[in-house]
Amino acid sequence: MSTLLRSLGPLVRALHGQGYRVVGPTVRDGAIVLAELDRADALPYGWGVEAAPGRYRLHRRADAAAFGHAAGPQSWKAFLHPPRSPQWTADRTADGFTVTEAPPDSTRYAFLGVRGCDLRAIAVQDRVLGGADGGYARRRRELFIVAVSCTEPADTCFCASTGCGPAAGPGYDLGLTELVDGDRVRYLVEVGTPAGLELLTQLPTEPAPVDLVEEAAAAVAAAATKMSRALPEGDLRDLLAGSHDAARWDDVAARCLSCGNCTMVCPTCFCTTVEDVTDVAGEHAERWLRWDSCFDLDFSYLHGGPVRTSTRSRYRQWLTHKLGTWHDQFGESGCVGCGRCIAWCPVGIDITEETRALVTEAEEA
Amino acid sequence: MTPLRYRVRRRLTETADTVTLVLDPVDEPIVAPLPGQFTMMYAFGVGEVPISVSGHADGGIVHTVRAVGAVSRAVAGARTGDVLGIRGPFGTDWGVPPGGDLVVLAGGIGLAPLRPVIRQAVARRARFGTVAVLIGARTPADLLYPHEYATWRAAGLDVRVTVDRADMSWTGHVGVVTTVLGALPVDPAATTAFVCGPEVMMRFAARALVDRGVPPAAVRVSLERNMRCGVGLCGHCQLGPLLVCRDGPVVGWDRAAPLLAVKEL
Repeated sequence: MSTLLRSLGPLVRALHGQGYRVVGPTVRDGAIVLAELDRADALPYGWGVEAAPGRYRLHRRADAAAFGHAAGPQSWKAFLHPPRSPQWTADRTADGFTVTEAPPDSTRYAFLGVRGCDLRAIAVQDRVLGGADGGYARRRRELFIVAVSCTEPADTCFCASTGCGPAAGPGYDLGLTELVDGDRVRYLVEVGTPAGLELLTQLPTEPAPVDLVEEAAAAVAAAATKMSRALPEGDLRDLLAGSHDAARWDDVAARCLSCGNCTMVCPTCFCTTVEDVTDVAGEHAERWLRWDSCFDLDFSYLHGGPVRTSTRSRYRQWLTHKLGTWHDQFGESGCVGCGRCIAWCPVGIDITEETRALVTEAEEA
Repeated sequence: MTPLRYRVRRRLTETADTVTLVLDPVDEPIVAPLPGQFTMMYAFGVGEVPISVSGHADGGIVHTVRAVGAVSRAVAGARTGDVLGIRGPFGTDWGVPPGGDLVVLAGGIGLAPLRPVIRQAVARRARFGTVAVLIGARTPADLLYPHEYATWRAAGLDVRVTVDRADMSWTGHVGVVTTVLGALPVDPAATTAFVCGPEVMMRFAARALVDRGVPPAAVRVSLERNMRCGVGLCGHCQLGPLLVCRDGPVVGWDRAAPLLAVKEL
């Protein structure tokens, strides 16, 4: 049964009341970023996004939609799998050193506005990082997810072809579809978990009329048809396994700056490195975990030099891992179709276009 | 993921840049490593490096470390009584079979992770047919564990040693390690081979063994890639579909061959 919610204010207040730190989209520095929200007013009501390869611009919408925008530069991994986190500290003693584990981060997050692509991305990272009993698993266990189905994909979106959207789910506690009528916004709510149901009972809701339910379903279904991009169909894992010598890698390497933006904005890219630092006296040492990128020359460093010296080999590693060997390692694809890597690539390299070129090259061979 | 503390009980100088450390646990020990596995060794304030296990000694652990970078230099520079951190053991082991013929093929520091296999073969000599140990190094001064070769030979192992460049004292074989593969008295179908050394050497050695009729899956190589976490979480050690820290370092040649054939994979 669907429920109608006339405002998100009570939802945010109820989440705060349960001790969650509510994170959601908000406008900052000319982009829609994810940040801690102290109230629902901070949501980007009336803002839209125009995204294209290498381009991302905000614009004012004619209506008051809070979720009339597609993926921004960040993904939720910035909170579940932070860019930099302390691991442990060590202190020198008279006969060696002692090691102290970093205190567990017990932040309870509630994510508000998780799209289908990003919901799947969280599930993908769960497979990679969730097994170890570390900070990720703790934060994930405590996480409350309010998902939002997409009704307005960006030009860079292709989640319909990866099977991750535009409808969000499964995996949420509460799932919303935003119904916009000029300045009036309402939310159709679906319950995903008992925790979601419990929260919903605290909110001023009303039963949703059938026509609104149908309107919402139609809007989400229409979103799928609005996407101009798609990953090619067929077995991409096989394609990439057989494409090590493709000429297309030279073509993309001539454009790729090897900057690593795609890996930073990708909601599934999980690679990290460790930094060992000491104080000036050399008595206190710390280990930090931070995001790393396979585009970094040092990433594959062995004594003697890096394994992947060319941009060609590093782009190949990224794409082959994302669409191919991710299957071998984690049993699924590493791409969810959010399109961030397309928008935030400074030279507008398009993962769907590169993959299609590889398909064409393989077919012509 | 925090390191456990180990104290250096003994430090042996092996070559100009290589030492063997015998370490005892300060607190609880790590799980007993299997031959072929590695640990992450931590030098206080400097960093962590993957080092293969080269032996064990009364509750302690033995690592042979070559100083090639900032961290391995710090680890290799540890003196008796110093404390290092250890995480592990990680990765796959050599998987020594219960019987048959064995070929151990080592290049340079590659002998370190193979020493536990050799010692196992010595301790259980009767179980195996031919046990051939082929050791290569750049110069006689770079040979690892030379004082043990006599013991291995006395136990009935066919130990063959070669160097790339001889000096005045050297009366043995000269040439890369694959040149002493020659006419090994092994039954290829019943042979398990363990290969560790520079990647180019492993490629030639594995191909030579397969050409002799040893099944590719019975030729095991130990791969090396950049490692940060040791548990398949950091992504650094990827080699195609493999996370070398988890799916390796010991991998059958049937899986490794197509991966090592791709440049910069």
